[in-house]
Amino acid sequence: MPVVPLQTQMQHLGWRAGFGEGLPEIRSWMKKKRKEVVKKVILGPQSAPSPIRVMDETDLPDYQRQRNMGAEERKMVQKLNTDGIKDLNVLWTHAMITSDHPLQEKMALFWHGHFACRTQNVLFNQQLLDTLRRHGLGNFGMLLSEVSKSPAMLGFLNNQQNRKQRPNENFAREVMELFTLGRGHYTEKDVKEAARAFTGWGYDEMGQFRFRKNVHDEGAKTILGKTGNYNGDDVINILLEQKQTARFITGKIYRYFVHENGNEAREQELAEKFYRSGYDLRALMENIFISDWFYDDKIVGTRIKSPVELIVGLRRAVPMQFEQEEAMLVFQRVLGQTLFYPPNVAGWPGGRNWIDSSSLMFRLRVPQIILYSQELNVKPKEITPEMGEGQNYKMTMQVNELLKRQYARRVNAQVDWQPYVDGYKDVKREELADAIAQSLLVRSKGIDRQLLEKYSDASTRENYIKTVTIDVMSTPEYQMC
Amino acid sequence: MLIHRRRFLQVGSLASASLMLPKFLKAMEQGQFVPPGNKVLVVIQLSGGNDGLNTIIPYRNDIYYKLRPQLGIKRNDALALNDELGIHPALKSFKNLYDDGALGVLNNVGYPNPDRSHFRSMDIWQSASDSKDYWGTGWLGRYLDAQCQGCDKPTQALEIDDTLSLAMKGNEVKGLALTDPQRLYGASNDKYFRELLAKQRHDDEHHNVDYLYKTMAETISSAGYIQQQFKTYKSKENYPNSELGKNMKTIAELIMTDINTSVYYVSHGSFDTHVGQQNQQQRLFSQLSDALEPFVADLKKNHRFDDVLVMTFSEFGRRVAQNASGGTDHGTANNMFLIGGGLKEKGVLNAGPDLTQLKDGDLQYKVDFKSVYATLLKKWLGADDKAILQQSYEHLSFI
Repeated sequence: MPVVPLQTQMQHLGWRAGFGEGLPEIRSWMKKKRKEVVKKVILGPQSAPSPIRVMDETDLPDYQRQRNMGAEERKMVQKLNTDGIKDLNVLWTHAMITSDHPLQEKMALFWHGHFACRTQNVLFNQQLLDTLRRHGLGNFGMLLSEVSKSPAMLGFLNNQQNRKQRPNENFAREVMELFTLGRGHYTEKDVKEAARAFTGWGYDEMGQFRFRKNVHDEGAKTILGKTGNYNGDDVINILLEQKQTARFITGKIYRYFVHENGNEAREQELAEKFYRSGYDLRALMENIFISDWFYDDKIVGTRIKSPVELIVGLRRAVPMQFEQEEAMLVFQRVLGQTLFYPPNVAGWPGGRNWIDSSSLMFRLRVPQIILYSQELNVKPKEITPEMGEGQNYKMTMQVNELLKRQYARRVNAQVDWQPYVDGYKDVKREELADAIAQSLLVRSKGIDRQLLEKYSDASTRENYIKTVTIDVMSTPEYQMC
Repeated sequence: MLIHRRRFLQVGSLASASLMLPKFLKAMEQGQFVPPGNKVLVVIQLSGGNDGLNTIIPYRNDIYYKLRPQLGIKRNDALALNDELGIHPALKSFKNLYDDGALGVLNNVGYPNPDRSHFRSMDIWQSASDSKDYWGTGWLGRYLDAQCQGCDKPTQALEIDDTLSLAMKGNEVKGLALTDPQRLYGASNDKYFRELLAKQRHDDEHHNVDYLYKTMAETISSAGYIQQQFKTYKSKENYPNSELGKNMKTIAELIMTDINTSVYYVSHGSFDTHVGQQNQQQRLFSQLSDALEPFVADLKKNHRFDDVLVMTFSEFGRRVAQNASGGTDHGTANNMFLIGGGLKEKGVLNAGPDLTQLKDGDLQYKVDFKSVYATLLKKWLGADDKAILQQSYEHLSFI
């Protein structure tokens, strides 16, 4: 099996288990054993990440009164939600950029696509994000259970309307199809019966899970061959008992973290271990990252970065502040991945789906727009309001207004080049271009050295490093990880 | 001057002189720039769920007025199409098209198990999947997959926008999004990108990075091609200054050239009228009507109207009853407009909505929108609709 050179291995690990690492970090990893790097740095501490909070439950206006709210009050609540979700986006992106435990954020980002959900309620978004970050590298059963009980998901998948007298199957269906088993591993009858078991699962206006006993169907249900007077927790347990759940989740993780085409035999082996470990995600990820095959020539550098990975990676490489951090939403929107706005319940499809003529040309221009402060003259498509019950749709309009306002503005980033430039202090002048290209690109057939020279500003060593960096970042190779 | 320039472009960049010249001369003889038979589809997406009932108005139906006491369009205001149905007063040019026999109205279009979420329903319309499926490709993208394997330029389908819609994304081939040919050309004509491309040997299309280089190369060459074509025709019609007006002008100018584009896609909205529907819909319809009027005039003057078909759609209609805020909430079945000189059937193509047969307060669909797509793909664009839609749908007879 052709394994790539050590530096490339570590860069690959840095990208797949996070958002890329700079040269000094990679060099320090190279001095250690792979197993040690994976255990200590990548898997990191077991402690929970500090929560990202834009609001407290106590900040909320009295939601009980929402129905009788006057126009002014209603507006205020809408603004609270709009600003909140925007802030949540900015803060989470910042966590990805600055985290010393990037895998935790990477896992949360993965789950954000797996448990795709849209809600206009900032508190519900905040709660769900917290769950994804706390359990994303923990136990899948726990994660599944908490997500399934989150008001965001219960609301999004209409379980609030799931009552004994009139079951709503949406939630039960997606839990099986998208969250655990995958299509083809359950029957319509299983969906119907599971929906009955989930009756009564709901939430209150403060975002607390509530089991409403009076609308729950107490009768016997038969789900995946088992019969009992099941409730929602029982369904989750039955789904976790199915090996297919481990198989489905492992397959998805493999396609996201390793290779989009998957690998039947390896997935099967990983899934077996994952199942036997009682769904320990940490152990699963460790298994992947320490395997020799993970560093196979056929896997390294084959993945197209998602828009969030691209932007976060760039900002992780070169520290910077945007004058208006909301600009991040515009980048996300134009490139096709706005956090908290997945395209549908199936999440972002990824891979070549990120790329079309306009998104690619924009990707190539992103480093120049940010680092040369060029105008951001692309108008993103509007976000369509969803589930509009006449209540909160204006909020999305406000996000759209925000996107429009950014049009033709400069991002005005304050770039702190020093730490980045310092990272190359031991590199000889004539080796700089190659060193920069090598550390920014997980692998490449080599950007033409002459080309980089030609477009660089060689007046000072610092300018040379900056301009070569921007040009390397403006290549198709930089889109890969 | 124009003639000279066009000839130069055709000969110089696209094909050999011997091949182009006879066709070219023939077209000149007839006073036409583009030979007839070159079919074009223009899709106008009415984003946000346009209220179909206030678009094509059952202006003699008591149930309509009973359920929409304030919101209903008054009998005298509706522009009558027939004894039962009228069109929204702001859609004046549509009424003219109707009188000219260049408008088709398809009522009660929808799909089984409708989804009331904007983005999910729009997904379904754009991908043409069943409501239980999630497809990552669009119906026009898959049309490109079927037609354009080995095409040298991905200009067969253009979206007039800064970003590309799902509808235009195929597995292998994707449409191209642009708002302004000049700007696209400027952005792609970066010297560094060109040199980067020139130095790169992309030999393995299965590898993603080579796919990126291929996309980049196609984009740069397409931008040049579009810009070159775009220069050859400048409309003299008076388009309104609205966004849609500008976009329709761009589309018209491209249609009148020899460009190989067969599908144009553009959005207009937002029609999400939960609150204060009347003003919002009035404004958006005026813009739509005012943008289409010079567009049609342009096509007619250049003898292209018979070869161009405009289709409008929206992700859903609204509920039949008005809500408490002078608006309407998300509904289901809706109407579609078909505009062109080449319609075989004109006017109101099927019965209007049956307000006595509502389902939970909603209209029930009678025509699956995928039937409309199948018809357009097969009969207008000459494509294999079954392969593209992955299922066989009934063909309609309007073309």
